[in-house]
Amino acid sequence: MARRGIREYDAKRIFYRMMPQYTGEKIKFDIMPILVDPGTNIDKLPEENPWLENMRLVVKPDQLFGKRGKSGLVLLDASFEEAANFIKQKMGKSAKIGQVKGKLTHFLVEPFIPHDSEYYIAVKMETDGDHIYFSTQGGVDIESVWETVKEIKVGPLEEQEFDPEPLLMDLKADERKLLLPFIKGTYRFFVNHDFVYFEINPFTIVDKKIKVLDMVAKVDDTAVFQNVGVWDFGEFPEPFGKDPTPEEAYIKSLDEKTGASLKLTILNPEGMIWTMVAGGGASVVYADTIVDMGFSKELSNYGEYSGDPSTELTYLYAKTILSLMTRAKHRSGKDKILIIGGGIANFTDVANTFTGIIQALREYSDKMKEVGVRIFVRRGGPNYKAGLEKMKEVGSEISIPIKVYGPELHMTSIIPMAIRDEGKGVN
Amino acid sequence: MEPYLLFSRDTRSIVFNMQTRAVQRMLDFDYLSGRNKPSVAAIVNPGNSGTHKAHWGKGEVLIPIYPSIQAATDANSDIDVMVNFASFRSAYATTKEALLNKQIRVVAVIAEGVPERKARELAHLSRKLKKIIIGPATVGAVGAGAFKVGNTGGTIDNIKEQKLYRRGSVGLVTKSGGLLNEMFNIVSHNTDGIFEGVAIGGDKYPGSGLIDHLLRYEANPKIKMMVALGELGGDEEYKVVDAVNRGLLTKPIVFWVMGTCSKMFPAGVQFGHAGAKAGAEAETADAKNKALKKAGVIVPNSFDTLGDEIARTFIKLKDEGKITPIEEPREIPNIPMDYADALKKGIIRKPTSFISTVADDRGEEVNYGGYPISEIVHSGGKIGDVISLLWFGRRFPKWATDFMEMALMIVADHGPAVSGAHNAIIASRAGKDLISCLCSGLLTIGPRFGGAIDDCAKFMSEAFGRGLSPRDFVSEMKDRNVKIPGIGHRVKSLENPDGRVTLLIEYARKKFPRADLLDYALGVQAVTTQKKSNLILNVDGTIGVLMVDMLRGVGYFDDDEVKRIVNLGYLNGFFVLGRSIGLIGHALDQKRLNERLYRHPWEDILYMVERKE
Repeated sequence: MARRGIREYDAKRIFYRMMPQYTGEKIKFDIMPILVDPGTNIDKLPEENPWLENMRLVVKPDQLFGKRGKSGLVLLDASFEEAANFIKQKMGKSAKIGQVKGKLTHFLVEPFIPHDSEYYIAVKMETDGDHIYFSTQGGVDIESVWETVKEIKVGPLEEQEFDPEPLLMDLKADERKLLLPFIKGTYRFFVNHDFVYFEINPFTIVDKKIKVLDMVAKVDDTAVFQNVGVWDFGEFPEPFGKDPTPEEAYIKSLDEKTGASLKLTILNPEGMIWTMVAGGGASVVYADTIVDMGFSKELSNYGEYSGDPSTELTYLYAKTILSLMTRAKHRSGKDKILIIGGGIANFTDVANTFTGIIQALREYSDKMKEVGVRIFVRRGGPNYKAGLEKMKEVGSEISIPIKVYGPELHMTSIIPMAIRDEGKGVN
Repeated sequence: MEPYLLFSRDTRSIVFNMQTRAVQRMLDFDYLSGRNKPSVAAIVNPGNSGTHKAHWGKGEVLIPIYPSIQAATDANSDIDVMVNFASFRSAYATTKEALLNKQIRVVAVIAEGVPERKARELAHLSRKLKKIIIGPATVGAVGAGAFKVGNTGGTIDNIKEQKLYRRGSVGLVTKSGGLLNEMFNIVSHNTDGIFEGVAIGGDKYPGSGLIDHLLRYEANPKIKMMVALGELGGDEEYKVVDAVNRGLLTKPIVFWVMGTCSKMFPAGVQFGHAGAKAGAEAETADAKNKALKKAGVIVPNSFDTLGDEIARTFIKLKDEGKITPIEEPREIPNIPMDYADALKKGIIRKPTSFISTVADDRGEEVNYGGYPISEIVHSGGKIGDVISLLWFGRRFPKWATDFMEMALMIVADHGPAVSGAHNAIIASRAGKDLISCLCSGLLTIGPRFGGAIDDCAKFMSEAFGRGLSPRDFVSEMKDRNVKIPGIGHRVKSLENPDGRVTLLIEYARKKFPRADLLDYALGVQAVTTQKKSNLILNVDGTIGVLMVDMLRGVGYFDDDEVKRIVNLGYLNGFFVLGRSIGLIGHALDQKRLNERLYRHPWEDILYMVERKE
């Protein structure tokens, strides 16, 4: 439930397809771009897209990162053979963009457009309305010529009254004739298809036709249901370099199969403090408190479970975290800390969800003893007393030090307690 | 009502959608708070009308159900709040409708995943109309001792624990709905309690913001201090900074912005909420906490000391004499525990009203006598296996299940002339439905028609059990003037045996471990055929005695149990089941042929009614 970047390929595909109907057929695009992923047979592409062999081409990675030209990842004015070789050479290879390292897996191929003019248009959705920016001086350095950018705001209740005239005041008649429907149509497209950020920088005009060069777009992913048959890009792409670890991918796969929520991000697999916290808000607060107390380097993971997951799912979630934390002793030789935390649940049966965690704790009791683990529990909500009692019992049963609290203790107080306790377990 | 109040003790609301559990929780809260009238005046269930029965303390009340929001407000002039449980798909349209309704002043939108553009439009529309939206993506809000939105506050135990049934001096607003309960807990531990608590929801464009509620609390003379829990992302908190700087917020505010851990995370991690992502440095939790502190808002060093700061602030107000002591209600009404909850917790028990030992439909798949249906089918089970499981609770060996199937095939029909089939035909021709036709036929089964299997088994096994010789049995029956059931045939005789009987006997000789009662019955036949050669053991009699031999042979039942089985009418069950096949056939046959109403001809009836003068 958030704003999500989409591939340039998808943004262009949807834009090219929908624009004719938002401009009374005044703006049309003839050639759809092509997306090459690791499963594409590049050599067979011209069979269905003969233009690939008749035109000069552009190739660029399409993985939600910018500054591609500066990183030497854009191929311009190439033949199909050159383009295919470029992709084959780069596919699956690592690249470093800024501080982020990742694997190149998706490339966009489209016609190369020699051009003189470069225009800029961007639309942003903000609290006070939609902001539309336009400049005739587009290009990579738009920020350095920001004074040329004209802006208008369309209030949230005024979408229907949008008038692009003020953006086009200084233009020549033939430019206006083309740009008026283009900007109007772009805004309609933006509004009707739940885009939250949309930028074409630059686009150009060749033979009285608009040609799009670079496009960046973000959409509101809650609006999938309103855009069936238009978006159609299946899964949202992950940001570049966010290749999940096998455990993260596993939890993600569990999460997708249930109405409940299971999240896991590994921050430092060698850290001392591991968290297993119920609830999105509570999980942030626990992580905050660990960081605020100066233990950010020891915070191993961020994650949460919520929405009343079944005993089975909680068991699998707990098992994943326990398997990660019991792989090796902490480098200091000190015990590791497991925080089983949460606020006061509204209706989730605490005893039920704890059953799954307890099952995992039993299974990992030997490994936890090998590595040295101390557990701190805090939780409230329906049936919490029975749940806490079970936790205490399992602690003594498997002989792992465990401290268990209910709502009488401030939610995060187990964090300073655990940290003060730090140093115990040193042999 | 004062404009700074969301709810009063007289607030009446619509609950949109059939959220009966939420309705009950609202009513329990009302009762606990000592309200005179339930806070839910109406349920709107699009397209449907009626009433919903809910608990009110120890009693019950009826809540009307209306097909539309308009219908609900037309019928109840006191409604001014709507708790909207519509899905993310329809939350926009229904919330907009509620905003445009003249009566409705406050709408709480529970749905998560309302598209941003729609949510933003609703937020702006509500401001334009001077109305208040709480949410979307929230659990709701509570006016302590006055009104509770839906599921806010959790269980009754929790509401009691945090004294939400009466007003305190603290105004609370959080972004997170999930932490609202925890914040109630923290506030109730450290002050005299909540006056009002609102979770605005984690979306990017909440209908009302932190600032909107803090300004209301500022205007409310009963609220002495405020507590707020913000979040990274967005600029809500800066509006608070601005309001403090401009002197619009003067009461003490204890504020914490969560998400301070975000600096440790790789860029692009999205926290639980849609709005929880810091785009710029100013949107980080650290920057916001710093700005709030600079403006004079009370900001703890971490969430961990939030409770301490709240306590310190409250004590200071108390010392300054600004806190009026709370008058605790003399008595807090008791809400009886729900039967289902008590049962689940194991604190009550009650004898069950029904027992089933043959089938169980509670698991993944219905099972017959302990075997899931698919397993019976996969293991090659047939209708005989199903009968053995559902009638006897045991899985019979193949020789027995095959025999039962054979019996069913043999009794399935006996032509259109016998009374059962005849009745079915007449009923079918009268235009009755299939079940009436079948029942009409079945209702003829009894002492004279179709009862021979049962009776033969009873008489023969009783005599056999007493050790009576076949000859003595025959003469005893003669003395009692009772015709021996299962003996005699209209046309068949010793010389012209019934093929069906021969088949059954051959099968039993080959497959049954023993056939004692058959031997006995054949002994009886030897006596009766001496008198007349058509007094043979007929097909009903053969099935009857062989059923008894089968029950003895399967190894599950002793003699007494077999006797009991026969007396309970099990064998009749075979006849009824088998013959139903035929009766259905006859009834459908008539329908297929489109046969008309049957009327019996006069000439076939002897009229002997004397005409009275």
